[in-house]
Amino acid sequence: MTSNRRDMIKHSAVVAGLLAGAGLLPQAAQAQGINRAAFDAKSMDELVKALGVGKPVESPLVTLTGPDIAENGAVVPLAAASTAPGVKRLLLLVEKNPAMLAASFDVSDAVEPAMSTRVKMGQTSNVYAVAITNDNKVLFAQKEVKVTLGGCGG
Amino acid sequence: MADPMRIRAQAQGGNAVVRVLMSHEMETGQRKDAAGKTIPAWHITDVTAQLNGKTVMTAQWGAAVSKNPFLQFTVKGAKAGDKIKIEWLDNKGEKRSDEAVVA
Repeated sequence: MTSNRRDMIKHSAVVAGLLAGAGLLPQAAQAQGINRAAFDAKSMDELVKALGVGKPVESPLVTLTGPDIAENGAVVPLAAASTAPGVKRLLLLVEKNPAMLAASFDVSDAVEPAMSTRVKMGQTSNVYAVAITNDNKVLFAQKEVKVTLGGCGG
Repeated sequence: MADPMRIRAQAQGGNAVVRVLMSHEMETGQRKDAAGKTIPAWHITDVTAQLNGKTVMTAQWGAAVSKNPFLQFTVKGAKAGDKIKIEWLDNKGEKRSDEAVVA
């Protein structure tokens, strides 16, 4: 045995550090919110699978605000809001885009569950606002937005 | 370093309405350039909002969010003088954070 007490202490410190690092990693991944794979989902079925949530139910507790006709598909203002209790996440989806999920917002108690942003739409399509609550209820509202000029052309 | 964000936070009935305009290309990875080559995706993937240093909202975005993204949300209980900090991270690892005071 060449290793003395000092080396032993050093080694155990390194091992402890590694363990702590490994233990912290999953937590950091969780803090990242939703699974990135959700952004590759092409349909509602794929999306709920990637998110690991139940089937969405249409609900009057969710509101989606957007234009009936968007002249420019590159900039379509959309707003998702929900009055359901305990909303933890809001999603904005565009059905006929190459990837359905446009944006996901993790809301805390300190913000209103209402988010407005602008998205790109390739063509006329249904758009959805989805609210996921703390007890894993998945509620949605939908609306058709007609696009006269697509936002995905080059 | 990307251009600064424009953040406006207005106190309104006990809450603060925060409007953010970020400066970003938000390239989808679907478009092709004149030579027919696909332009690689380059878009913001993560957005974080803090009120006085405490995270109040995080968002994950896909490529479908418009160029120079706009975001509006309401922070409960924020009053004039409170600090709102917004931070984004894109898929190239570039990040930017800016601060505004609630007015």
